[in-house]
Amino acid sequence: MNRFSYVTPILMDNESTLTCENNVRLYDGEVKTQFEGGELIITTHRILWGRPGAIAKGQTCLGLSNHLIVYIEEESPGAFFRRSRKILLHLAEHNDPNADKPSPYSQYNFIKLSFREGYSTDVVGTLNKCLQMRYWESNVRAPIQENPPINQQPQIKLRTGIVGIERGLQEKQKATDESLTVAFQDLSKLMSMAKDMVRLSQNISTKIKDRQGDITEDETVRFKSYLLSLGIDDPVTRDSYKSNNQYYRSLAKEICDFLLVHIEEVGGMIVLTDAFCRINRARGLELISPEDVLNACKLMEQLQMPLKVFQFNSGVMVLQLSSLDSESIAEATAVLVEDNGSLTSEELSQKLGISVTLATERLLTAEKYGKSCRDDSIEGLRFFPNFLLTREIL
Amino acid sequence: MSETEIEWPWQYNFPPFFTLQPHAETRAKQVQAWKSLILDYCKKCKLYLIDVREASNIPLFNNSGINRKLEQTVIVSILSELQKTGHAAPIDKPKNRWEIYWHTLEEWSSMIYDYVSNRGLQGSVLTLYELSQGDDVKDEEFYEMQQEVLIKVLQTLEKDRKCELILSDDDQGVKFF
Repeated sequence: MNRFSYVTPILMDNESTLTCENNVRLYDGEVKTQFEGGELIITTHRILWGRPGAIAKGQTCLGLSNHLIVYIEEESPGAFFRRSRKILLHLAEHNDPNADKPSPYSQYNFIKLSFREGYSTDVVGTLNKCLQMRYWESNVRAPIQENPPINQQPQIKLRTGIVGIERGLQEKQKATDESLTVAFQDLSKLMSMAKDMVRLSQNISTKIKDRQGDITEDETVRFKSYLLSLGIDDPVTRDSYKSNNQYYRSLAKEICDFLLVHIEEVGGMIVLTDAFCRINRARGLELISPEDVLNACKLMEQLQMPLKVFQFNSGVMVLQLSSLDSESIAEATAVLVEDNGSLTSEELSQKLGISVTLATERLLTAEKYGKSCRDDSIEGLRFFPNFLLTREIL
Repeated sequence: MSETEIEWPWQYNFPPFFTLQPHAETRAKQVQAWKSLILDYCKKCKLYLIDVREASNIPLFNNSGINRKLEQTVIVSILSELQKTGHAAPIDKPKNRWEIYWHTLEEWSSMIYDYVSNRGLQGSVLTLYELSQGDDVKDEEFYEMQQEVLIKVLQTLEKDRKCELILSDDDQGVKFF
């Protein structure tokens, strides 16, 4: 019993609770002590015993260092059917005269823990494991021994306890920060490159203007068209406008001028995301947000521009020629379906050179106008001419 | 009846026919086509009972030629449409088993009563077996009618006081007035 000392039940660094049991009595050797009906907590470093509730409140309790335990023995339960279980702890000799002890002298080299109500967890197993692992010996010899640190300096890495979790979180955050920084470095590089590119293209275009006579007309036109798809000379930026509305108007005009030819080429309609990509690629440096593009495009119809935004029932938004209406789309699509017998979105997208989303929308529009009907099977969604409506029933 | 005798309408080989169409007008036509197809089929095959759970065994709902099946939920909704006009009725709560009347119960009952009055059988008693399986009725449309359906038909006649059903365990018969 003299190995016990009065301690505060506050866990040390790296110490963590393994198990805890109620209604435990301490025996000094074979002799009952006054310490009965208390709480027993086994941590990685110590065994703590306290009056009920005392440990939770942080009051002084009895502590026994695990390294003093030499050997654990479980007393076989008595002949009677009693739930009470006893564990014998053989202890090493230890003298620490300075410590504040409940009993300074003991004639026994062992103590007993008596669990009046048995134990709810495998106390013996836990203790044995604890002794095997020797958690208290060093911080480094934690369970992560298998992957030794690459650095010469042994890194202290702990997985146990709240501290361990917090440290893990911190490390992750740091790593994220670093990768973000690297990523943005790349982006700024790209921006500066783009700046050069735009300047280059401007140079070339002025040079072409200067010596118009030297190269043939045809070549000039071709070169100019390349440049046009490469960039917009003087992008509209938010800074140069005072009000949002004005900014969006100018942006709408710019987008219209830039995309009109392209949209006419591909059949009068492109998905808004495509438009966004094309615009930003053309602008090169002064990138604009999707929101700005959307707002600008929404203004187009109001400003009676040759393009307008259209939203399909599915929520897909497209930029299309103002002259285009759903009915003519449905009509045109129905003709295509009829010519081919039947079509899936993929087939239509290949035929027209448009995206699959757009092709799906076209087919759905045709269906909405009763121009086609669907065949939904495991082979996918396929559209047929609407014979159900046009042909006689039987 | 062998399957080969059935003349399928063109829709039967048109894959979209087996998908319920979202477009309202198209769907109306589609359901209409299904309704007449079901009644025609049942008439030709003398099919009085359809179990929706086993519908894929009936070629009507499963065209193996184009590998298309009509879904059970769609079948139930079409049968419910037929119910509205008195051409079908579910005989269990979960609506799995349906009786199909390609003639409505009223049509059947007048058909049977016509037969009875033409033969001057009023006042006499006929067994249900005679009425549905007997040699005398071989050429009638209600020949081989399922007993449960026959009873329902006769019950409608009974309501008009044109006959009386005698439903003891052994001899089930009917007396016409």
